Amino acid sequence: MKETIRFTLNGKTAAVDVEGDRKLLWVLRTEIGLTGTKYGCGTGICGACTVLVDGATVRSCMADIKGVAGKRVTTIEGLADGKNLHPLQQAFIEHGAVQCGFCTPGMLLNAAALLERNPKLTREEILRGMENNLCRCGAHKRIVEAIESVSRERRG
Amino acid sequence: MKENPYTARYSRRDFAKFIGGGLVFCFSSRGLAQAPKGKMPGFGPPAGASDWNAYLRIGADGRVTVFSGKIEMGQANTTALAQMAAEELAVPVDSIDMVMGDTDLCPWDMGTFGSMSVSVYGAALRSAAAEAREILLELGSERLSVPVSELKAENGAVVAGSGKRVAYADLARGEKITRKPARKPAVTTPAEFKVIGQSVERLDGRAKVTGAAKYAGDLRFPGLLYAALVRPPAHGATLRTVDTSEAEKVPGVRVVREEGLVALLAEDPETARLARSKVKAEYEIPDTKVDQKSIFEHLLAKAPQPQSQEKRGDLAEGEKAAVRIFEHAYYNGYGAHAPMEPHTAVARMEGDKLTLWLSTQAPFMAQTQIASQLKPAPGKVRIITPQVGGGFGGKSITSNEALEAARLAVVTGKPVMVAFDRREEFFYDAFRPAAIVKIRSGIDSAGKICLWDYQVYYAGNRSAEQFYDVPHNLMRVYGSWMAAPGVHPFNTGTWRAPGANINVFARESQIDIMAAHLEEDPLEFRLRNTSDARMRRVLEEAARRFGYSPAPAPSRRGIGMACGIDAGSYVAEIAEISVDGGRITVRRITAAQDMGVCVNPKGSVMQMEGCITMGLGYALTEEIEFQGGKILTTNFHQYRIPRFSMLPAIDAFVVKNDALAPQGGGEPAIVPVGGAIANALFDSTGLRVFEMPLTVERVTGAGQTKAH
Repeated sequence: MKETIRFTLNGKTAAVDVEGDRKLLWVLRTEIGLTGTKYGCGTGICGACTVLVDGATVRSCMADIKGVAGKRVTTIEGLADGKNLHPLQQAFIEHGAVQCGFCTPGMLLNAAALLERNPKLTREEILRGMENNLCRCGAHKRIVEAIESVSRERRG
Repeated sequence: MKENPYTARYSRRDFAKFIGGGLVFCFSSRGLAQAPKGKMPGFGPPAGASDWNAYLRIGADGRVTVFSGKIEMGQANTTALAQMAAEELAVPVDSIDMVMGDTDLCPWDMGTFGSMSVSVYGAALRSAAAEAREILLELGSERLSVPVSELKAENGAVVAGSGKRVAYADLARGEKITRKPARKPAVTTPAEFKVIGQSVERLDGRAKVTGAAKYAGDLRFPGLLYAALVRPPAHGATLRTVDTSEAEKVPGVRVVREEGLVALLAEDPETARLARSKVKAEYEIPDTKVDQKSIFEHLLAKAPQPQSQEKRGDLAEGEKAAVRIFEHAYYNGYGAHAPMEPHTAVARMEGDKLTLWLSTQAPFMAQTQIASQLKPAPGKVRIITPQVGGGFGGKSITSNEALEAARLAVVTGKPVMVAFDRREEFFYDAFRPAAIVKIRSGIDSAGKICLWDYQVYYAGNRSAEQFYDVPHNLMRVYGSWMAAPGVHPFNTGTWRAPGANINVFARESQIDIMAAHLEEDPLEFRLRNTSDARMRRVLEEAARRFGYSPAPAPSRRGIGMACGIDAGSYVAEIAEISVDGGRITVRRITAAQDMGVCVNPKGSVMQMEGCITMGLGYALTEEIEFQGGKILTTNFHQYRIPRFSMLPAIDAFVVKNDALAPQGGGEPAIVPVGGAIANALFDSTGLRVFEMPLTVERVTGAGQTKAH
């Protein structure tokens, strides 16, 4: 049965009329038209569909839309502050952490959440924290370096 | 700079407008693969241009558009090609727009594989751009009344010594004809390079970090239907009965049943997949017993006749000269491409014209195939390639989602998307074939390689060429990555540097076995046995950068090396590993690559690092499990692609060689990874594993096999 689900999406109010067990990933992609969040495996393994819900990472391919009612959802489209890229987005470009780009949105949101929890990440913490986001192009080295560079800036 | 060089914004009419309103440069295809002769009218390059191979256009606003049949799948060829055009035209890179992989707008191209974007298409593009520059100089000469010899092209303008100048934009305006220059201009020499050789940032970076980049699955059209297709449980299975009555009860679902196709369509993919789950289908599954254990025996029994290649000397002479003969067989099972973006197609019919947005490496091949397979035959087929989320050879062959989407668009009259889920992606992948290499080699009393008897099954000969100085050498090739029907239990195809990975693993293992027998350092043995200057150089550069000190293996240090030639580039890699309970951890890898002129150093090193990281997978963890035509590997929890925890310290670098035109960059650095790690394993443990991936089971089981 369809119901109206309201939540905050990238800082703006959003409301969708859908069955509550629809997955957040597909509601974002097909009902709302935000396609930056990617389908990679459909089982929460690869992390391409990672979004933030109240600041914590969620695998949107596994998350029922009703679960985000009243919460704050951030997708890749909402990571930048208007035209100003998030430091991680800038670092991903500068460090060459992007190849095909399909895992990139999930990588960025996962890294953003890691830095939010701990702005002074060590390399070990980055590796551990990124472990469950998959990349097939082999951009891992530069993804780590990009996150390290932002972490270093924040460490001052 | 345009953020998203996404081709859908151009229509056929736009192209006519380009021809009418700007200066268009056409150049012929000398040395390039031509579109097949006798093509159907209406397919292929734009009208009247079937013998032209690439296009440049300078707009009235001075922006330059480059049309290329190549596609972008992460390798940053878009950026490298823009640099090459910018160099020859003397314009800033950010004044260039790239249009890639659109069969209506771009010149015919065989496909994006073989590391040929820069080395083959790029070479032709440079010639074209140089010709365009020459024409601009001629036009500038007429406009400024200054002889061509006293003019130069600079920053998007023709400039005279006196300081008089005219912008390309002003020259292009109103010109409607194409012309040929009076003299054939030379391309820029390495000493003059301003843009080539610079680490220009990739053009699609911003679009990709903001979620703006569009992949096939991101396209939305009014009335778009998402299709889920009923899939067989095994390759070779035949559908006996199908009952869709429960699926039809799902609100909003449309069922299409046609020959060989049962599809559930809905306005969102979840509803379509829910409906699919309610279909009851019965299949007859052929009783095929072969699995990943018995496959090699099966394949050897079915081996086709060999093709003899690279024959030098006489094997019998080599045997006579040998004081010791080494005979080993090397194996590698099936591997998946597993791009993060599964295969996706969106089809739309307008009248009798089909447009297909496709996640493909070969839009023109897809165009020809779809045009011939679709019933009724369409008047025209246009393939548009948006951003491709990884290919690695897995999107080189047109897969079934393309025709399925097209057929469903015809039946429903609506735009239709067919996007594989991950299980379908693992099922329909054209796997890297299981393959075998058998080598019989010998060393003479001076410790030189005197015999090389090389047999490769189902991998082809890529990177198998013998650059060691062997007087008696024979290579026999038993089939390539595409085999006759019934040989492999499912589809096989091209996996990044097809066949090269097992060829290099086998050769470089065998080389190390001989060095170890002589108790000679593996680097010294290699250098003593090859006079190939480019190979010696990358070996020496890699060793220097690694801080390599010679020692015979097994030195217990866990250091191993391998080298190879692929797509014209030479690569040497040295790996350092540790082994714990049979589990290999790669600590660091140093890689030196000679790729001729390097167009974009940062982009090239990124490709090398990507190759090395991806190579860890085929070397250590990746293996498809199957029983007959049933694919047991369904998702990433079973198919272990490299993760952050596997990441070694990678030091990849390009060895400068400007004397040689640009060679391949997307694949070469993956080919030595398996061999370097296998040799490091021997160096660490004294154990030799002959089958990749080097899993814990194989490493711990290797004690029972005599190493050398």
